[in-house]
Order: sequence, then structure tokens, then C-alpha cells
Amino acid sequence: MAHQRLLPRQYMILGLVAVCAPLGDTFLSRGMTRLPAIALAHPASLIAAVFTPWIALGIALLIGFFASYLTALSWADLTYVLPATAFGNVIVALLSRFWLQEPISLERWAGIVLITVGVGFVAHGPSLTERPGGEKQPAFAAQEAALQIEEEQPR
Amino acid sequence: MIVPNSAAQPGFWTATAMIAAIVLASTAGEVLTAAAMKSIGDLDEIHARSGMKGAIRAVVTCPLFFAGVFFLALAFFSLLFALNHLNLSLVAPASASLTLVTNAIAAKLFLKENVDRRRWTAAVLVCIGVYFLAH
Repeated sequence: MAHQRLLPRQYMILGLVAVCAPLGDTFLSRGMTRLPAIALAHPASLIAAVFTPWIALGIALLIGFFASYLTALSWADLTYVLPATAFGNVIVALLSRFWLQEPISLERWAGIVLITVGVGFVAHGPSLTERPGGEKQPAFAAQEAALQIEEEQPR
Repeated sequence: MIVPNSAAQPGFWTATAMIAAIVLASTAGEVLTAAAMKSIGDLDEIHARSGMKGAIRAVVTCPLFFAGVFFLALAFFSLLFALNHLNLSLVAPASASLTLVTNAIAAKLFLKENVDRRRWTAAVLVCIGVYFLAH
């Protein structure tokens, strides 16, 4: 189904794409810097790190990012979704400014403005390239047929 | 500034090759993943009809998806390798912003996406913005 304009739920998925990746990276970074230095000779300590709260939360967020990203790519163009992932950089910069009280240089403010304008440009356009006659790609058609058969089977 | 392996910084062409490897692998990964998801169809609809199991099965039974993940993993390890030899302040903005442009080109060529003037402008603005933000 080709959605030219996105539904609120789909905007929410794009929001998750933008938020989950930078937050996941931040949590991983916070978790790893709190741990003592890990040597390659002791890989078990790296596995143990996965079960610490910050790192576990970071991994959960990154899994959430990947799931949202794949979902978004299933109904929107790559060139529509990618700016949303870049918008995550803006979220990190704003969080670091207003939550962590870190100073932001003029150059970074310029970056924030450029990314925001770029994302705004894409968001106002169609989300998916129209195919002639709304035809489905072969693999999509095969997938639909398989699901149809599955639904018709008695439970 | 973090200077990894500060003893010997690679020359211009070596650094360019390292960044190009990240950008190419990342672009291949993104395009293959996008092609896989387009071939699968709207995941929301599949989820509504066949539940979470059906949606997961639709993704993990698509060979293109694994090809995409392979190249994304390759991009990740290329990034780690580059970070071992080059400054983070060079690798991160250069690879992130160049990938946006190569993705737009690859999406037009291979995915036949309608990359109109609006999307080109956005790709360039976001590319410069990421460079400013990460530099």
C-alpha cells in the first residue's frame, strides 16, 4: 500500500527511529564508561557488561531502533527515512545542551538548523515513490500469496 | 582530540580508502535492507494480519535482508578499523555525511526512488548539517 501522506502512527515510528538510536548509543556510552577498562584477553567481562542496567537498556533501545527502522523502510522510501535517522543527532545535541548543560558552539547550532530544515523539506513531500499502476514487486506479491494461504488454513 | 595509534597517521589516500570502504559498505547495506523491506511489503499490515510471529518470519525469510545485514556489519567493522587508525573527528562526520549523499544516488539508481529536487536539497542540507554537528 503506497501511503503518499503518513498516518500519525507512522510518524510515531519515524520518531522512534530518530529517538531510539541516539538514546541507545548514549546509554551504551554511559554504561561502558562506568565499567573498568576491559581487555581483549578477558572477553567474559564484555559479556558480563551486557547485563548491567545502562548497557542492557542501551541494547534494548538499539533493538527498538532497528525494528522501527525496518518497519519504516517497509512503507517509505530510503531517501525519506534516512533524514529521520540524522535528526537523532539534533536530539542528542539538544539533550546535551538542555539536560546535561553542555555548551553548543555556533557551528553546531548551524548544523542543527540545517538538519531540521532538511528533514522538514523531506517530510513535506511524498513518503513513497509511486510505481506505475500501483504494481507490487514480485517478492512482495509472493509474500502476500503465502500469507493468504496461511490465513485460509484452518486453525 | 583522540588520536588513535598516534605513532603513524595514515596518508591521505589510505585515509580516503578507509572512509570510502565505510561509505560503500554502509550504502550497500542500507540499499539492500531497503530493497528487502520493500519486497516484503508493509510490515504494519503483515503484523495486523499474521501477528508478530508472521512479521518476524516475513523479515527473516528474506535473503536480501541478510545480504543487507552482512554489508551493515561490514560497514561497522570498517568503521572500527578506521577508528583504530584515524581521528574520530574526521571519520564520524565524513562517513556519516557522505553516506547520506551516496544513499540518495544509490536509491535513485537501484531502488528507482523518485529523488526529486526536494530530496536532493534535503540530502545536501542534512549532509552539511551532520558535518557541522559532528565536527
